[in-house]
Amino acid sequence: MRQTRAIELGTGLFVLLGFAALFFLITQITSREFGFGDGGYRLSAMFEQVGGLKPGAPVSMSGVTVGRVEAIEYDFNEYRARVTMRIDSAYDRIPDDSDAGILTAGLLGGQYVGIGPGSSETFFADGNQIQFTQSAIVLENLISKFLFSKATEKPADGSPEESTP
Amino acid sequence: MIVPLAREVLTSLRTALEALGAYTLFGLRLVAETPRALLRFSLVVQQIHNAGAHSLVIIMMSGLFVGMVLGLQGFDLLERFGSEESLGTAAALGLLKELGPVVTALLFAGRAGTALASELGLMRATDQLAAMEMMAVDPVRRVVMPRFLGGTLSMPLLAAIFSMIGLFGAQLVGVQLMGVDSGQFWSQMRGAVEFGDVMEGVLKSAVFGVACSLIAVFEGYHSVPTAEGVGRATTRTVVISSVVVLLLDYMLTAVML
Repeated sequence: MRQTRAIELGTGLFVLLGFAALFFLITQITSREFGFGDGGYRLSAMFEQVGGLKPGAPVSMSGVTVGRVEAIEYDFNEYRARVTMRIDSAYDRIPDDSDAGILTAGLLGGQYVGIGPGSSETFFADGNQIQFTQSAIVLENLISKFLFSKATEKPADGSPEESTP
Repeated sequence: MIVPLAREVLTSLRTALEALGAYTLFGLRLVAETPRALLRFSLVVQQIHNAGAHSLVIIMMSGLFVGMVLGLQGFDLLERFGSEESLGTAAALGLLKELGPVVTALLFAGRAGTALASELGLMRATDQLAAMEMMAVDPVRRVVMPRFLGGTLSMPLLAAIFSMIGLFGAQLVGVQLMGVDSGQFWSQMRGAVEFGDVMEGVLKSAVFGVACSLIAVFEGYHSVPTAEGVGRATTRTVVISSVVVLLLDYMLTAVML
């Protein structure tokens, strides 16, 4: 009898430790500070170009994460991408003339939506759309623009090797 | 010249197919017996104690060292790109998705799998299984099932413990020894690791648990009833388990990525 009790005690401790480890891994290591689908309110915004934005990316104001991107789809009425965001209910005083832009964290970091506050007295409510948006910068476009502008200004520049005799 | 060779190939092919079939049938029988065996839970508890609780020390020590090595190697690698703050992310994802389940399964095959196989093999060699059959006790139901379930249930818990201790080891080396910022370490990890990553590790270790336990009890139960046979069953358990775990790991990763 005593032996069975000892076995049960050991097993109980093992199982408890196992589930504690699992609980630790789920709660402490993953980012679940915003419960998806429940709580908070939805905002949407139309972008010409979303770049590498993914669902689950943070929505930030001045670097503080206030929500997450919920869905990205293409809108055939406006021929632009519609980004749906879920904002935490604690941040319910975003002016309704605020602007949204797709920014990049660091040089190689992931992309996120940055909201810059406007000056309106009225605030966004569930289902509203952000009117002023700035698209993601596509590096290829930027480089090609830079190259073309270089190419056009070349004659005026007059580099030393090309100086006419 | 050709005919004996072809016959040889056919024979070995047939042996392999027979082994696969025997494994499948035995596995299906164990699955069919599972609900009944879960009712006699005290036997399963005893086997969880044998397979799980007794493996704790080796799992925890290995986890700590694997995590510490991961911290050291990861730091050395990431420092070259100037992104040593990502060490937490790298260590957490590596441990949760790969090292945790796989190393735990390999250690489990060595520690608990061999114990199961040699125990069952010795029961076979000393006619204990036959004696049970004489008393109208089904040895699969009474002896094999609790061991199979105990191993299967223990594996995900062991892998979770391994990952947690490993992360602690990586933190120990990365933050305390190498001087990665503690806040960066944890916050980058939290930002990058998702719930699905944890579940991927749990799913993998559950599959490995079934595979390792099945191989151990199959080899033990079907061992040749001699001293040599028991030894061979134990060896085969480790060899087959290791290969199957690594093969399954590749397949699961390919499916889930």
